[in-house]
Order: sequence, then structure tokens, then C-alpha cells
Amino acid sequence: MAGTSSFSEGSSVFGGSANLVTAIDNMFSIYKPEVIAVHTTCLSETIGDDLVQIVSKAQDDGCIPEGKHVIHCSTPSYVGSHVTGYANQVTAFVKSFSKATPKKRNVINLIAGWMEPSDMAEIKRLTKVMEARTIMFPDMTGVLDAPLDGHYKMYPKGGTTVADLILTGDSKYTIGLGQYSTEDACIKLENKCKVKFEVMDIPIGFKATDRFLMSMSRAANLPIPETLSDERGKLIDLIADNAKYLYGKRVALFGDPDTLIPLTEFLVSIDMKPVYIVTGTPGKYFDERMTEILKDIPEAKFKSGEMADMFQLHQWIKQEGVDLLIGNTYGKYIARDEDLPFVRFGFPIADRPGHNYFAKTGYDGAANLTKQILDVFLDHFDRTCPEEKVEFQL
Amino acid sequence: MADILDDRKKQVSMGGANEPTIDCNKASLAGSVSQRACVFCGSRVVLYPIVDALHIIHGPIGCAAYTWDIRGSLSSGPELHRLSYCTDLQERDVIFGGEPKLYKSIIELIELHNPKAAFIYTTCIVGVIGDDVEQICRTVQKEKGIPIIPVQAPGFQGSKKDGYKVACEAIFTLVGTKSKPYTPPKSINILGDFNLAGELWILLEYYKKMGVHVNATITGDGRVDDICNAHNAALNVVQCSGSMNYLAKMMKDKYNIPSMRVSYFGIEDMSDALYDVARYFKDDDMMEKARQLVKEEFTKLMPALAWYKERLTGKKAAIYVGGSFKAISLIKALRLIGVETVIVGSQTGTTEDYELIKQLCNEGTIIVDDSNPVELAHFVKEKNADIFIGGVKERPIAHKIGLGFCDHNHERKEPLAGYEGMINFAKEIYATAMSPVWKFTKQVDK
Repeated sequence: MAGTSSFSEGSSVFGGSANLVTAIDNMFSIYKPEVIAVHTTCLSETIGDDLVQIVSKAQDDGCIPEGKHVIHCSTPSYVGSHVTGYANQVTAFVKSFSKATPKKRNVINLIAGWMEPSDMAEIKRLTKVMEARTIMFPDMTGVLDAPLDGHYKMYPKGGTTVADLILTGDSKYTIGLGQYSTEDACIKLENKCKVKFEVMDIPIGFKATDRFLMSMSRAANLPIPETLSDERGKLIDLIADNAKYLYGKRVALFGDPDTLIPLTEFLVSIDMKPVYIVTGTPGKYFDERMTEILKDIPEAKFKSGEMADMFQLHQWIKQEGVDLLIGNTYGKYIARDEDLPFVRFGFPIADRPGHNYFAKTGYDGAANLTKQILDVFLDHFDRTCPEEKVEFQL
Repeated sequence: MADILDDRKKQVSMGGANEPTIDCNKASLAGSVSQRACVFCGSRVVLYPIVDALHIIHGPIGCAAYTWDIRGSLSSGPELHRLSYCTDLQERDVIFGGEPKLYKSIIELIELHNPKAAFIYTTCIVGVIGDDVEQICRTVQKEKGIPIIPVQAPGFQGSKKDGYKVACEAIFTLVGTKSKPYTPPKSINILGDFNLAGELWILLEYYKKMGVHVNATITGDGRVDDICNAHNAALNVVQCSGSMNYLAKMMKDKYNIPSMRVSYFGIEDMSDALYDVARYFKDDDMMEKARQLVKEEFTKLMPALAWYKERLTGKKAAIYVGGSFKAISLIKALRLIGVETVIVGSQTGTTEDYELIKQLCNEGTIIVDDSNPVELAHFVKEKNADIFIGGVKERPIAHKIGLGFCDHNHERKEPLAGYEGMINFAKEIYATAMSPVWKFTKQVDK
């Protein structure tokens, strides 16, 4: 549920303090949440609204009921990209809630980078199979993938509880999934509550999932159950069976760095050729990892930051074509222009359903992704191949 | 009625002739999750369908990204309007000013695309840092010789309605600047239709059959040259009056062109839209052609509608749309297929329209202005509605409660205007209200 402090010209000149305090008061009285999370826009940032001071005023004015919380973070639109905003808000959770007590708990914190609720659900399932105790935040499962049961729930039952957020300070280890979205929060948590951490890729594909499970196993001191090896084996079976359709296929990708990095790594590991990769989010880490992952594909080109856009990608594709496009809905026109098989991945996906229910993380998720890639290849082939090549058995 | 913020109590009222009229036209209450959008958004959606102009948003990428392809306004020609250009202001531009970047962007895009005009939108941040957008526009206009029109619409400067006003002013700077060699005397401008799902093309067919020449379409499938010639038409036919009334008034004041309000939804209003134009031109031949057209369409339509009416009679609808004028047409259209309206509301309705709605509705109908999800969910349950008609923001509310939903907002994919549209409307209402999936949501306690 997103409300606004509804700025008018007056607030822009005199400051938005009054609006925000009114908004907080109204929201608590009518919508009765546990937490209000405030984030700023370019407007409120540039006019210099001091959120710490305003929230403190709301507290003094009695607008914040006992036991309820108001948290905040800075997210002006002109700094970084949407990923920056995500990272800021995740760090705000740590700043506002995490508390260390002398009693340490055998729990691992999982800080989830920008991914679908289905992706988070899969990661939680993997840790549950391992019988590890975890606190995941942010946790969109049960919130953005909630069932339809004829009742409109303003606060669906999923998500991380405030109590758990506070307890993150007592966990024995933190795993941050996605460098751009979670590293800041991990560092903050270590400084504040002395919880050691490691930051790793979102578990997309074999290698990243292997690494995640091994880190979980080490941190939680638990073995990796055989059922997970079986899941891994199924994925390998699927790929081995269809290796010839994947071998050497040229892929163009675009999206956010935290998902692009493990995705590119996965495509390389199944013998495909990611040759063009762009992300609008700036940062050196993407370039470093890409250089490493693509070292055996000299013709691969990648770019990040302000000048890395879809026009660039399309230009590269026009110079020398690809067999597959993977990215969000905005790639639709490129796929249409070049008659490319197109798999939707990332944010936003506005023109295909199911991404919030079917994961792309974990072994099962990689299998789902592989199946989608194969489906679009084979559909495309069936639709466009010469008459004599159509047959039942592929 | 529980759960309504004190400050909003006057914006909810009941149908029936004796009830007090609702309060409206106020700024959204801080903290209330309003379904409205900002000034910039208001101006953007009005100017969006002008297809051969450049639309450049001066601000950070967010405002442009969220309005990219925001309307299903179809074009019969150029698709330049589908690209959401932006100067992508960064922190350094905010500190040192974004004017050089804006200038370079406009020049680069003009050289690339050769548009007929360019609209430069300002956003909140530009309003605050004080970039002199008008100066840049004047400079480029002198250099390149095409109209470069600043649209001063920082998001905080009021509500969506103020955005409409700014857009009208921007359009008005083009009106009267160029005359086509010949404009037929019996010609009209269509204001306030945005050619969603190709609706405008349906209307153009009808007017053509009647013998009326359509001069400029503002702004659906809009062309800059047509708008420049708009002052040569004899009549302005205004559909979305909320957004276009201001432009119609300016054209009346300066060029003495009268305007009339019409609605193209529902067969009664659609027929009136045709008759009113024929009546204005005092043309018997035109009136005869209009009658003929209406007769033909009715003959095709009524049997088909009867099928739906049989099955939908007794169902109850909730309507929550942007402007109240559309709500009036919807109430009438729904009556035609046997559906009763139990809740009706709009984001930006006017007092006159709400008065009309009050008279039109049955006693006990809930009327609401600038509502929010909690209120809507509550009313819908209270009144036991079966179907919700609204925009994209209302869909999740409707679906989660287990109601059918019909998107009547600017994302719609099927034309719902005109006679053809009426059949599509009946079909959509039927398909969603009677979908077997809702049976599975009914719990034991319901």
C-alpha cells in the first residue's frame, strides 16, 4: 500500500514537515499498520527536508502510537538507479531495527537482493530442506504472491515481522544475496551488531546455487541433504538432454547487475554464448565480474551505467545478430524487430504472467529458466522452419 | 459508514434527490492512499497521443520511465509519441543546473527525428532548482523553426486537474498558428478523445457517414498540423470535459468557436452525440443520415444486447473512474444491460456532475469523491457488488475480494465507445462477472 504526503506548492516552499506529520497521523489512525516506511523523492530531498527531525517531531506530537515504528531512507530519483533505492531501504531496516543482545542465536540472516517473491520463496524452501534457521529480509513471499480467497487483506500474512528484524542483530552470520542491493546493509549490520557476513550472487544457475548452499552449510554447520543433490541432478539431466539446442547459441541480455551476473555465469556453464550484456545501473563490480565470467568468449561485449542502454544493445544486435534475448518487458520491440525468441526476466515484466509464482533461483528455478529458453527456441523453430523440417520428434 | 478519515467524511454521500451534494475538487488528504496522480502525469496523459511531436521530459528518469507507453493511444501514422524521452538528470545536474543538458538533448532529438513540434515537460525537481525551460524552448525554436512548447507541470503544483489545464495551454499555443488551404464549413474538432484501443477511428467512421468533416482530433491520433488548423472548425465537440473544458473555453474566447459536451459511451449518449452535431449545423440531410446510421446500428445491437441483459439482470456494479462525466454514461449503459449501479465515484469529479449523478442514481447508492482502497473495499462489501468498473489501480482490490473487473481506463485494449463499443462492453462485463472462477472463492461463511 503506497500513500503519499501529498505535497503542494506550499510544502515545496515551506517544507513538507507538516504534510508528513499529518500523513503519519492519518495512516496510523485509519490504516493501523505496524510500520510506516518513508522514502523521499527528488522534491523532498532537494528542498532539504530532514526526515530524522520530522519523524522525531511526529513522535513528540504523539502521532506514533506506542510500539509502532516509522522508518525512513533517502531515495532521490537522480542518484543511481532503482537498485540504489532498494539498497538504501534495506539498509534502513538494519539501521532502524537490528539490535544486538548478549544472547547469540543459531540463525542465519539472509538479505535478499532485488528478485521476485517466487525467487525468495525458493531460497527459503532450500534452507528449510536443510533444516537451517533463517531470517530473510526483505521478504515478499506471502505478500506479493498472496492467494485470492475472496477477502481483501490490507496486510497479507507474509513478510518479515518486526520482531525478527530486531533479532537479526543476534544472528551468527549474514549472507547478502546480490552485491549491489545488499552489501551496504551487510556492512551496516556488522558495524552495528558485530554479525559477520559474506556477500554473494543471487543463486541463479548451478554454480551460484552450489556456492549458496555451501555457504549456508558452512555457516549453519549443517549438511546438504540428498534431496537437494537430487534436484541438482534433475537440472543436469534436463540440460544434458537438450545440450544440442543450447550449444553455442548467442544471447543478448539486459537488466540489473545482481541478476545479470549469475545469469550470465549460468548461460556460460550450459555452453551458451552471452555476447551482449547491458545494465543501466552504474558500478565497477559488474565490469570486473563480467570480464572474469566472459574470459573465454572474446567476442562478448558488455556495458554498465548511464550510456549502456537498449539502443546500444539493439545496435550491437544489428551489427551481428543473436539467437535469444533475455530481459524485462522493454525488450519487446527489439525482439519483434529482429524476430528473436524472447524470455522475460527481471523487472518490470508487464506483459506475461507467472513470474511472481514460478522461481528462477535454485536448481528448480534454473530448470524453469532452461525450459523457458528451450520453449521459445523450439516454438520459433516450429513456426519458421521450412516445411520439410517439421516433425514430431525433436 | 466506518473507517473514513474525518477530513474525508464530506466526500462520501448517498444517491437520491434529497441528499446533500458531495464535497469535491479538494487536494488529496496526506496519508490517504488516493488513487489520483500528479500534475505532471495529468499533463503527460493529455499530450501523449500527439503522434508526430517529440515528448521530452526534463527530469530524473523515474517520471519518464513510469509514463512510458502509459496510454493505449493508437496511431494511424508516426509512433514518435511512444518513446518517452528524458534528460535523465543526475545529482550533478541538480546541483549545477540542467539547462545545458536540456538544450543538447532537444537539438539531438530534433536532428534525429525531424518532428513537427516538441513538448518539453518539467518535473518536480526542475520546478525547485529553477531551470529556465522557457528560455531554452525559445532559443531552440528560433534555431530550428518548429514550435518548442514548454509544459510547466511540476508534480507538486496542484492536482491532476491542474496538469490538464497546463496541457490545454500548451495545445492552445499551437491553435491558430497555421491554416490549411481549405477547411470545409461543416467541420468539427473532437476534443477529449484519446483514441484508446482505436475508439476514435470508430467515431470518425460515424461522423463520415453523416457528412461531417472532422478537422482536428485533440489529442487522439493527433497531428501537430491539424491542431494548428483547429481554429478553422465550426464546432468543438468535447468528450473528456474534465481535461478539455479549459481548451474549449479558450477557443471560444479567442476564436468564437462554440463547444458542446458529448459522451460516446452507451447508446443513448452516442446517438445524442450524433444528433446534437446535426442539430447544430441545422442540416436536415445530415440529421437524416444520422438517424439512418443510428437505426442501422440499433438493429444490429439490440438483439445482441438482449442476450446479455437476460443474463446480467440483477447484478450490481461499482464504478470508480477518473472523471465523473464518464460515470454518468456508465450508469446509463449499465442500466441498458440490466445492471444496477450501487457505488459510483471519481477521482476528479465536478459539483455539477455529482449533482446529476445524485439525481440519476437510486436511493442508497454510495457516491464518493477521491476515494482510496480501504473505502472502496469497504463499500463494495457493504453493497454486495458483483462487478467493479475502474482503472488499473482498482483491479487488485476487485480481484482480491473476488469481484469481476472491467478496465474502463486508459489501459483498455478493447474499444468501449460507440455502438460497437457497447457490445464489447456488454461482452466484457459478462465475461468477468459470470466467470466460473469466482465460484471457487466463495467461502463457507459467505
